[in-house]
Amino acid sequence: MEKGVAYDNDMNLKATELRLGLPGTDESQKECSSFVKSNKRSSEEMDSSCNEEECAPAPKALVVGWPPVRSYRKNVLQQQQKKSDSDVSGMYVKVSMDGAPYLRKIDIKVYKNYPDLLIALENMFKCSMGVYSEREGYNGSEYAPTYEDKDGDWMLVGDVPWDMFVTSCKRLRIMKGSEAKGLGCQ
Amino acid sequence: MAYSFPEEVLEYVFAFLSSDKDRNAVSLVCKSWYEIERWCRRRIFIGNCYAVSPQIVIRRFPEVSAVKIKGKPHFADFNLVPEGWGAYLYPWISAMARSYPWLEEIKLKRMVVTDESLELISKSFKNFKVLVLSSCEGFTTDGLASIAANCRNLRELDLKESEVEDLSGHWLSHFPDNFTSLVSLNMSCLGSEVSFSALERLVSRCPNLKTLRLNRAVPVEKLPSLLRRAPQLVEFGTGAYSAEIRTDIFSNLVEAFSGCKHLKSLSGFWDVVPAYLPAMYNVCSRITSLNLSYATVQSPDLVELISQCPNLKCLWVLDYIEDAGLKALSSYCKDLQELRVFPSDPYGAEPNVSLTEQGLVTVSAGCPKLQSVLYFCRQMSNAALIAIARNRPNLIRFRLCIIEPQAPDYLTLEPLDTGFGAIVEHCKQLRRLSLSGLLTDRVFEYIGTHAEKLEMLSIAFAGDSDLGLHYVLSGCESLRKLEIRDCPFGDKALLANAAKLETMRSLWMSSCSVSYGACKLLGQKMPRLNVEVIDERGPPDSRPETCPVEKLYVYRTVAGPRVDKPDFVWTMDEDAALRLS
Repeated sequence: MEKGVAYDNDMNLKATELRLGLPGTDESQKECSSFVKSNKRSSEEMDSSCNEEECAPAPKALVVGWPPVRSYRKNVLQQQQKKSDSDVSGMYVKVSMDGAPYLRKIDIKVYKNYPDLLIALENMFKCSMGVYSEREGYNGSEYAPTYEDKDGDWMLVGDVPWDMFVTSCKRLRIMKGSEAKGLGCQ
Repeated sequence: MAYSFPEEVLEYVFAFLSSDKDRNAVSLVCKSWYEIERWCRRRIFIGNCYAVSPQIVIRRFPEVSAVKIKGKPHFADFNLVPEGWGAYLYPWISAMARSYPWLEEIKLKRMVVTDESLELISKSFKNFKVLVLSSCEGFTTDGLASIAANCRNLRELDLKESEVEDLSGHWLSHFPDNFTSLVSLNMSCLGSEVSFSALERLVSRCPNLKTLRLNRAVPVEKLPSLLRRAPQLVEFGTGAYSAEIRTDIFSNLVEAFSGCKHLKSLSGFWDVVPAYLPAMYNVCSRITSLNLSYATVQSPDLVELISQCPNLKCLWVLDYIEDAGLKALSSYCKDLQELRVFPSDPYGAEPNVSLTEQGLVTVSAGCPKLQSVLYFCRQMSNAALIAIARNRPNLIRFRLCIIEPQAPDYLTLEPLDTGFGAIVEHCKQLRRLSLSGLLTDRVFEYIGTHAEKLEMLSIAFAGDSDLGLHYVLSGCESLRKLEIRDCPFGDKALLANAAKLETMRSLWMSSCSVSYGACKLLGQKMPRLNVEVIDERGPPDSRPETCPVEKLYVYRTVAGPRVDKPDFVWTMDEDAALRLS
């Protein structure tokens, strides 16, 4: 992108005794500069003895403090966003399956009950999870659906009423049946 | 020249001087005026807590009843000042406890306040009346309990946007049963629920209560009870303004609000359910100030509310208001003086609302008294800025944040130099300016030349070279505070304009190109400045002199180098400064 203003070499800083350096950057100057992305020029020439080790720029993966919104505002908005997102725009949760190379996302609000959800998962991942039973869980099936709840615990899908599940489910994991055995039987 | 004006007469006359500027001017006339003035100054304002020491203040002004002290630099609000930097209140309180037993008022901004300080305040000043803690931190609700319990004559407790460690809501219950002097309470920044019955009783027994700003934990159905006990309220902040829609709650609210014939200012509105907003329509005609900056309400609902407020002078709102809402604002609220539009989704890559530069242009055209603007948006053009400048030459504060750094004029892809240039050229009374977008050195030439009344300038991701900084420092006659981040400004402009820095309160530069060597030189050249390098990478000595410092904070001071520095702050040329003083 072109910048409109050209650098004027003839401008003198009248009050200064110091010489204006040439435009353009040194390689070493870039290393010492703490810009993340900048094609700007500085009028200084940096001493080339300033090497990367000694002059490592302050680590800046993200731009700190930009945009200039105070933290108490950010927090409030995040909380409110989460609420409204879950009310209005569906309840998307990540679904992982043991052995699958990548995760999927589904909107659990689309489903009305557990059987609908299980059918959808079976179709999506081409696996079979069988039927839920309170005593045995999904015992005998190749795979079993589990979920992480609000408290961070991993639960077997089907134990709690559907509405409670929808509001407490944070993510889903389709476990191998052999591993899920531990969850089903206590 | 014969001079026989009795001291008592002078003192009487000086008592009419409330502005610090006037009092400072008066003290420079002659030694006897200096003496008289210092004995009768009651209110002290300290713009930078490190510019002077408690001892110096107390020595000069022996009879003070109100102090206002500011601590951390403004960019601390955006996490640019590391934790533990400083601005501790305790040394001030401990000195004032001994020397100002009749202190009534303490107002602080960006200071670190501990429970110990609060307890000391509550026990040292028998007639303590006003405590305002704006953007402060370091204390818990236990400290508030001390204030509540011990300050028998407390009138005002305002926590503004402080960060308080909220241990419990129990602090409120520490106000004694015979405590009736409360005029203003702002607890909106607190999280915990206070005992509602204690709050009700407190409100009931304080007949002079004019300001009550609740915190989020007070649910909407409890508001009528409080409003009925305080119909004299002038400023009211709700708690969470949401609940299942129930007609009885709604009608209670309508009735309770109707009883408040003096309400001028409303705030709060967390989690607002739009259906409850009409409950306030009865009071809207008197409302002059509305803070809806937590209300995640869509534009049509906002417009409904705003259209009922013809006397609105100050509006803080989220960008959900959109251009359409701002158009309505400009037609309904002709008295509007201050507008702040905050971003609802500042980190989103794409705009989530239809708010553009047009909204601001429309308000600038329709609201002839508009003088103070804070506006977050995602696109701007020179044409819009020029229109705003021409429409509103009476602007005093103009803070524009275009969310994407270095965003150009979206129509022409040029820098926004001419747009901001028009602002400073037309708005001759401009005192505060925040820049954003793509800007070259040229904009600083305009600012240096035209912005004669500018006192505070904030710059980010702007400029091409030292020339930019030089324009500002060699112009801007009234400049007091300059804060800069991520600009290619370096040694030359800084050193060439060293003397200017003594005419200012402070300069902040972070992520710029100022070298350690230049900082040392500046510190040596200017013994009456504290030149502080903030660098979390370790001592600047361990790197070459040419290496740029992370952050630089320069301020004039009569107190010498700081004695309470953390290990990531270095005062330049401290030894030389000590030798010279």
